[in-house]
Amino acid sequence: MAAVRLKDLAQKEDRLVAGHGMCLGCGIPIIFKIILRATDDPLIVTCATGCLEVCTTIFPRTAWNVTWIHSAFENAAATAAGIEAMYRALKNKGKIPQEKKIKILAIGGDGGTYDIGFQALSGAVERGHDFVYVCYDNNVYANTGGQRSSATPLGASATTAPAGTKSPGKIQPRKDLTRIMAAHKIPYVAQASPNKWLDLYNKAKKAFEIEGSAFINVLCPCPTEWKYEESQGIKLAQLANDTCVWPLYEVEKGHFKINYKPKQKLPVTEWLKSQGRFRHLFKEENAWIIEAIQAQVDEEWEELNKLAEM
Amino acid sequence: MKKETWRELTIGTINLNAGNSITNLTGTWRSGKKPEFIEENCIQCFFCWLYCPHFAIKVEGEKVIGINYDYCTGCGLCAEECPPKEKAIIMVPEEIKLAEGR
Ligand SMILES: Cc1ncc(C[n+]2csc(CCOP(=O)(O)OP(=O)(O)O)c2C)c(N)n1
Ligand code: SF4
Ligand code: SF4
Ligand code: SF4
Ligand SMILES: [Mg+2]
Repeated sequence: MAAVRLKDLAQKEDRLVAGHGMCLGCGIPIIFKIILRATDDPLIVTCATGCLEVCTTIFPRTAWNVTWIHSAFENAAATAAGIEAMYRALKNKGKIPQEKKIKILAIGGDGGTYDIGFQALSGAVERGHDFVYVCYDNNVYANTGGQRSSATPLGASATTAPAGTKSPGKIQPRKDLTRIMAAHKIPYVAQASPNKWLDLYNKAKKAFEIEGSAFINVLCPCPTEWKYEESQGIKLAQLANDTCVWPLYEVEKGHFKINYKPKQKLPVTEWLKSQGRFRHLFKEENAWIIEAIQAQVDEEWEELNKLAEM
Repeated sequence: MKKETWRELTIGTINLNAGNSITNLTGTWRSGKKPEFIEENCIQCFFCWLYCPHFAIKVEGEKVIGINYDYCTGCGLCAEECPPKEKAIIMVPEEIKLAEGR
């Protein structure tokens, strides 16, 4: 494979353009700037309701430069399945050439994917529809003001799990959706983050090229809800990799591969102290939560390493 | 711009003007600071282009040539991720201008 240079990627036409309304420093447009360049085929995109969908399609404007279809909060995967089935039918009827390649991308936030859209997603990939699903995981229902989701990590403060005198923030650990998607035994599942842009690009390329369902879970820095200074998003994503809070790996035909191993695994406190949503954890009475988070991260990292050795 | 009524809307409010968000100049959000491009320090790594959330890095051919202030929101990611020791993008204070008539 020829080396991919950012210079060359920059020459490609933007399929998502300027004038969108996402916040200063938001991770979402960065993620999709990369992913949307990973295929040159005609592309149809459908988005579940969430920041990306709302901020790119404020009527009468759209920031999408490709065919784009609105989905409700819960059914992006079902929409994608329908689009794919329609094209299959049109090909079978000879209305478009069999060999014509059309790529379908469904996108949801963590709320739209881990929570309310999970049933549609699980069903669509179990039926084996040929599409790519990307979840941008900012750990929270950002568009509606920061409610907890099942991707919100243990100890984070969210508006429906607020840190205060009676509560230390969210008391449940996050759901491991990437592993759940891998358990569907679909052709391709991956976890990525925008700071490792080439890794994300390669994963998106693979996902588009593979026949059948592919799923990519991308960590998405959100200055507004994570509460950090807007310029720090990419540094934070790197910290998530280096603390193993968000490991980069892929599962191809059931085979686990870790794509990045930190030279020195950093303590989770480095991650926690970088964001306002975890600030309360550094009070003495909440020390046990930090210990629990570290123990969980260590256990999951060890487990992932074992899976990758198999 | 003439206000459209429902009579003029396409059925299903389909938007046939792909990418027409470019008329929304997000640069008007900028408040207090803006990036400044210093060409002689630039190593043309394109990280600023990659990490700008508002598509505000100007590229000409294979070169980054500056900032498009029509869209730049002043988030500072480009300057933060610019690798040279003598940075080719720095954040500088910008006077906040009120819209005319305010
Ligand atoms: C059925 C339904 N319930 C609630 C909403 C309101 N709603 C819109 S976006 C959103 C949160 C989306 O969260 P997530 O999927 O994580 O995306 P993000 O906003 O973080 O980008 C909610 C609750 C809705 N649109 N539809
Ligand atoms: S709330 Fe967060 S995810 Fe949503 S647009 Fe703002 S920064 Fe991006
Ligand atoms: S300050 Fe932010 S919006 Fe402006 S050019 Fe830099 S990265 Fe883009
Ligand atoms: S990040 Fe800095 S050095 Fe790299 S292209 Fe942009 S301005 Fe030049
Ligand atoms: Mg979210």
